Amino acid sequence: MKEHETLEQRLGEQGVSRRAFLKFCAALATMMALPPSSAGAIAAALSQAKRPSVIWLSFQECTGCTESLTRSHSPTLESLIFDMISLDYHHTLQAASGHAAEQARDEAMKAFYGKYLLLVDGSIPLKDGGVYSTIAGRTNLDMLEEAAKGAAAIVAVGSCAAFGGLPNAQPNPTGAVAVSDIVRDKPIVNISGCPPIPSVITGVLAHYLTFGELPALDELGRPKAFYGETIHDRCYRRPFYDQGKFAKTFDDEGARNGWCLYELGCKGPTTHNACATTKWNGGAGFPIEAGHGCIGCSEPKFWDAGSFYTPLSAPAADVAAVAQVSMIAGAGAAVAMGALDRAKKQKLQQSREKLTVADLKGD
Amino acid sequence: MSTSLQSGIASFIGQIDGPIASFFTSCVHCGLCADSCLFYTETQNPKYTPIYKLEPLRRVWQQEYTFWGKLMKKAGLSKPVSDEELAEWEPLVYDSCTLCGRCSLACPVGNDIVYMVRKMREGMVASGHAPEGLKGATQRAIELGSPMGVNINTLRAQIKHAEKETGLTVPMDVEGADYMMVLSSAEVAEYNDIIGAVTRIFHQAGVSWTIASDGFEGTNSGIQIGSSDLAAELLGRIVRAAERLKVKYVISPECGHAYTALRWEGPNLIGRPYPFKVIHIIELLDQLRSEGRLKTDSVDETRMTFHDPCQMVRRGGMVEQPRKLLNMVAPNFVEMPDPGLQNWCCGGGGGVSANERAQPLRIKAFNRKKAQLDATDATTIVSACSNCRTMLLDGLEHNHMPHEVVGLTELIAEHLADDKQGSAS
Amino acid sequence: MDAQELLIWVRGTGLQIAAAVFVLGMSYRMLHLLLIGRKKSLAEARGSEWAGGLRTMWQRNFVLPRLSPRGRFTFVAGYVFHLGFFVTLFFLSQHIALFRAVFGFGWPALPRGAIDISAVLALAAMVALLAHRLVDPVKRLLSDYQDYLTWALSFLPLLTGFMLLREIAFEYVTLLTLHIASVELLLIAAPFTNLAHMFSTFISRWYNGAVMGFKGIQT
Repeated sequence: MKEHETLEQRLGEQGVSRRAFLKFCAALATMMALPPSSAGAIAAALSQAKRPSVIWLSFQECTGCTESLTRSHSPTLESLIFDMISLDYHHTLQAASGHAAEQARDEAMKAFYGKYLLLVDGSIPLKDGGVYSTIAGRTNLDMLEEAAKGAAAIVAVGSCAAFGGLPNAQPNPTGAVAVSDIVRDKPIVNISGCPPIPSVITGVLAHYLTFGELPALDELGRPKAFYGETIHDRCYRRPFYDQGKFAKTFDDEGARNGWCLYELGCKGPTTHNACATTKWNGGAGFPIEAGHGCIGCSEPKFWDAGSFYTPLSAPAADVAAVAQVSMIAGAGAAVAMGALDRAKKQKLQQSREKLTVADLKGD
Repeated sequence: MSTSLQSGIASFIGQIDGPIASFFTSCVHCGLCADSCLFYTETQNPKYTPIYKLEPLRRVWQQEYTFWGKLMKKAGLSKPVSDEELAEWEPLVYDSCTLCGRCSLACPVGNDIVYMVRKMREGMVASGHAPEGLKGATQRAIELGSPMGVNINTLRAQIKHAEKETGLTVPMDVEGADYMMVLSSAEVAEYNDIIGAVTRIFHQAGVSWTIASDGFEGTNSGIQIGSSDLAAELLGRIVRAAERLKVKYVISPECGHAYTALRWEGPNLIGRPYPFKVIHIIELLDQLRSEGRLKTDSVDETRMTFHDPCQMVRRGGMVEQPRKLLNMVAPNFVEMPDPGLQNWCCGGGGGVSANERAQPLRIKAFNRKKAQLDATDATTIVSACSNCRTMLLDGLEHNHMPHEVVGLTELIAEHLADDKQGSAS
Repeated sequence: MDAQELLIWVRGTGLQIAAAVFVLGMSYRMLHLLLIGRKKSLAEARGSEWAGGLRTMWQRNFVLPRLSPRGRFTFVAGYVFHLGFFVTLFFLSQHIALFRAVFGFGWPALPRGAIDISAVLALAAMVALLAHRLVDPVKRLLSDYQDYLTWALSFLPLLTGFMLLREIAFEYVTLLTLHIASVELLLIAAPFTNLAHMFSTFISRWYNGAVMGFKGIQT
């Protein structure tokens, strides 16, 4: 396997100008809330960086994360990612198949042991020996444990890899878990979202290439630069929330006036992601701009948080049915206890003797 | 039954009913009832807060009628109500409560506090914790026929006197009369003008009435001490007499607790409805007035005010009747502050007047009445309860106040038309 | 359990538990009160028990007897608290969304400004009432640990709700979790403490009014 060339060389070969490259670096710096002056440093570091080997493992997933990263109009900042790294294994994107593909992975793991980046999308099924998802006859668990050993760091791409995601939703038939549930001894960065924002993936990789380490993470292992604020914090409809102006249906006047979607189930207030600022599809917009509330896809267990259309202030489970049963039980208990109390009173009444004047005298 | 802590607690358990359980459930300890109680307002002592007087009963309720209370009791974690505690509460339940019911109107959650005090007294007397004075009065009522010791001979002497004065016959033991007049002890003993007064009024109105020689005393100390058994025994005399004479109505005298006993508690005490109706003398007079059968031909220019007896007004519902009657004879009538339903008690109801130990506290509580009187320029207080009259006179004397106190029936009788000879009395 | 899972729990299972305890406890307690019953009076009625009972249930809301300054304080602060609490509970848009989700119907909300005022008034009245409970001799004598417990249980939902609307001190997720959890504590404690007065008051008033109505007393 040949030594990887630098990014600048690759870009030059592809006809990307230095000016375009600097713009890309400045954008990265902004996204990660670094000072503007760091754009130069990023550019310098990136242009000289050796493209690291990247192994991308896809487990129980829908390929949405890969789609997110690749489905963009060319040339985009996101597409540049493939120029920054040497993607040595990605079974969706690579040309090789079968034994040849698996061999490429084995070779990369050997050649760059301790140095390669491991990207994972999809959750890992543990139930029944992990039979629910296998690649080349090997379980995802087996493959992850093997690949994790030689990885410098792991990037869990998408909510499935980060938190278990959709496969992990109740009742979790495959026993799906997140990467961090299995690998404990490697630095892991969770880039959650269903799918995650492509430039967030790019940004994290650029940060790793520039500084040689993973960015600062929140308590859920997500880069703070992108997940530090909620959708609600940065939502352009926030003023309507503060005024108490809410759309009640998707086609009422409030909806047409662009009022807050809280009561239509928007999970923006409890969801940490950069959608409201970074936006999607080359900055075209994000779901709330299209009139639909945030579904909270970058948070753990977002499938189990009740309906996407249930307001945050409403129960996430059926409370009315519980209340009905409880009322019947309570009424039954009252009837039973009432009967006991009446019997007690009756007994006292029967054994009671009349008070007489003699009693008053205390005789 | 001999009185004991055990009987007392058993009685508490028996007395606690739906209303009492609701009241204790609802109380949020807001303390608003304190302001409605003259024993609190005049002493500012928090222990006279009405709901606090029920504390032992509340604990029994909690231990016997609530889920957690029962659980705690089973686990031995709750302190049972003790004899000492009941002894400590006795003055609160008897000396500082006249059963006036003002607190029951003030409670924002709707607790009928006086209803609870009445029932709590059942357990207090069963546990042996009733005031000596009240015990004595009840004993005399049962054994001698009246708490004040008056008997049929006293009554006969008063009747003879009234007949001589009015020139009319006071009908005794007339079978088949429409109305049977009942008197209070105090009326027989002290305010005996009432006998002549009703004789003349009924004569003018053409009312068929009688007094029963075996059921003339309406005062019911049993109600005040809180013993339904003893109250029933006292009340039974009147019921038997009324049934013997086959009267249609029994007239309650101007005596608050006699009215409550006769009108509201009576059928429940004897365990069956009456074959007759009970009417308060003031109610009857007002009825005669509206029928045009009660006619007056003179007025009294004195500035008068009306002291609403608690049992007749707040607990009996007769607000308008006494005022309509006063309107006939007292052109210079003025109301005290807080008239009618919100009137303040004389301080001696609910057995307090029979309880010597309570006298200093009662005199102190009279300051409330004094303040009410001071706010008017009335010189005569009219009332319609002989116990109130005694308490007012006592309070006035202690405070060196010059007011006169008269009974409403006598006042009306003084101004009866075509009957001049009695007006001098 | 992370913040999201905790929120899901309080919005789901936690709320189901709280609702079960509240409904079971309250229906037990209120029906039990009715089932203990009372002896029917054998005396001749002068008026209607039902008319008197229903009248008092309603009229006792407006009873304004002549009061001492301490009574007036309790009265005014008590009213401000209850009104503020109910306005906030029943007229904040987010709360109506909750009722709509559970009961299937809703009603128009009050503007946020009005809710801010009602919540602040309720909070202020509660602080004042607590202070008064600590200094007024009558209330001090009457109060037991339960009065302070139920005060705290009623205060916390108001406080956390107020903080939630402004995201004061904590993140939205945390505040929402705290707010819902505090309401759940309130619901769980309500049937077993004097908070049960939220329903039993009307039974008490009915009985009180019925006794009066039976006697024909025009209150």
